[in-house]
Amino acid sequence: MAVPNVVLHVADVHKRFGGLHALADIDLQIEEGQTHAIIGPNGAGKSTLLNVCIGKLAPTSGTVVFDGQVLTGKKPHEINQLGIARVFQTPEIFADLSVLQNVMIPALAKRDGAFKLNLLRSLDSQTTIRAEAEDMLEDVGLFGRRDTLAGSLSRGDKRRMELAMCLIQHPRLLLLDEPTAGMSRHDTNTTIELLKKIKSRGMTKVIIEHDMHVVFSLADKISVLAQGRIIADGTPDEVRGNPKVQEAYLGGTHQ
Amino acid sequence: MNALLMSRRDAVTLAIFALVVLTMPVWLQPFGAAYPGLMQKFAIYAIFAIGFNILFGLTGYLSFGHAAFLGVGSYTAVWSFKLLTMDALPAIAFAIILSGLLAVVIGYLSLRRSGIYFSILTLAFAQMCYNLAYSVLTPITNGETSLQLNLRDPRIIDSALAPRPAGLPSAGLFGHTFTGLEGFYFCAAALLIAFFIAQKIFASPFGMMLRGIKSNQTRMNYTGFNTRPYALSAFVISGMYAGLAGALLAVTDPLAGAERMQWTASGEVVLMTILGGVGTLIGPVLGAWIIKYFENIFSAFNEQIVSRFFDFLPAGAHEVVTAVASKFVGEGWNLTLGLVFVLIVVFLPGGIMEGVRRIAHLFDKSRRAPKAPAKLSTQPAE
Repeated sequence: MAVPNVVLHVADVHKRFGGLHALADIDLQIEEGQTHAIIGPNGAGKSTLLNVCIGKLAPTSGTVVFDGQVLTGKKPHEINQLGIARVFQTPEIFADLSVLQNVMIPALAKRDGAFKLNLLRSLDSQTTIRAEAEDMLEDVGLFGRRDTLAGSLSRGDKRRMELAMCLIQHPRLLLLDEPTAGMSRHDTNTTIELLKKIKSRGMTKVIIEHDMHVVFSLADKISVLAQGRIIADGTPDEVRGNPKVQEAYLGGTHQ
Repeated sequence: MNALLMSRRDAVTLAIFALVVLTMPVWLQPFGAAYPGLMQKFAIYAIFAIGFNILFGLTGYLSFGHAAFLGVGSYTAVWSFKLLTMDALPAIAFAIILSGLLAVVIGYLSLRRSGIYFSILTLAFAQMCYNLAYSVLTPITNGETSLQLNLRDPRIIDSALAPRPAGLPSAGLFGHTFTGLEGFYFCAAALLIAFFIAQKIFASPFGMMLRGIKSNQTRMNYTGFNTRPYALSAFVISGMYAGLAGALLAVTDPLAGAERMQWTASGEVVLMTILGGVGTLIGPVLGAWIIKYFENIFSAFNEQIVSRFFDFLPAGAHEVVTAVASKFVGEGWNLTLGLVFVLIVVFLPGGIMEGVRRIAHLFDKSRRAPKAPAKLSTQPAE
């Protein structure tokens, strides 16, 4: 049996905020092509873990290794250029630019790198980038709204556009922080469909999620976080059957 | 070749803009502003404002110290006149390079912060430059008396090429000295080039990145952009624009004083940009023209002119209106400008250009309006 290729390895990570032990002894291995969900009750440390992964927070001890490179201490743009894209809990978009421009900007980042003084060529002449962005918008169902100001989209559409902004970079790893938070059931379902579509392309994903419906329809593997520790790890069925998880999390919400 | 291409819309804008600028001596006549000294200022301050807008309008970083670059441009140009030649081109080249270098230093330090802290830092640096020009750097800047041409200046290149004329020379191009409207047309040409480059920047991927920084810096970082060098480039480019404007001020009048670097001068370009419309190409130019017009024409009005203007009013009202109105002209021109500024910011937050857009929108509507009922009538009545 082939050894699965580990894309992201969180090794022995601890994070303390003053007296609070927010993350303790976290050890996670995300395998290539998998959708790995991290779940847990409020305050379990899910967002802290994600922020440690992308270098927004430095761990107190331990390392995060992506594809052989240590991520700790790297700047956000360096981490992105390595091939990690992130969808935020509240969509981070360019509200006063058009939808098409929102998607063209990350495409340019992928092509031109972290900095390029591209002064004298016109943006309209970047036909490849434009076509790529339009294809991507077609994929997420926003092609018809490409000239709308991004700020005037509905929350669900903003999220889909943000996903398009990440996907156009063809990242090796996509991090999603509660991708369906605050969405209606209908929007949640279209987002799940979209994420399933991406999954079929073999992109590795880490999803932080609250919504069990989302988690169990998408995840290949689930890690359950409670009070800063991983209390269970495995396939959805294993996790569902784990008494510790039911006690800490599922039980609490389903009674 | 590729670098000269632009969209049809931009090309039309540039053509109209060129026409407006080059015919200034004609259409400014009825406004009493068609004299070279003022028209030169229109062109020069328009360049200053266009450059400022590349930083403020595109990236959203509000610099309160751009007059420092204007001043450095002027000093550099005057030194080029004194030491080398009265030709305008080397003076401009040195001024742009030096103000660009200063912008690298100030920008590198100031851009470590954003928002109000960035503004305060730039203000502090500009005031430092101003005070240095008055104190320690007096050997270079000539302090309070301002830097001027002198009969004993070496002017190495000029002296080598031709015998020195008697009296103080003035600036020119390739041995020809500017007279009459030539100085204005030289500044106008510089303005058109500056405008063209700004158009290219606005339409380029680089311009889009700057807009991205203004819109959401966090997303730019997580999208893989290193935003610092982008913002610094914009800062340096706008500093070079200011240096060009400063050099042109020296070309039209070879004299450089420290007051050109004072914070009021930095504030003026902010006013110009906001008055005209932040982030638009034409707006800052309009803002610059309006402010310079007020400064030069309104300040020249006196009580007699106002009194004659209100001659049609009955005796009692005439005195009252004249007394009130005369407070707003002459020395009080700032009062009028302040009033106009407040009205525009309150009712047209996007500046004059927003007003233009609203009017254009109204016309669009009224043109479409007659069609709508016609369409309705074609519906069959069921």
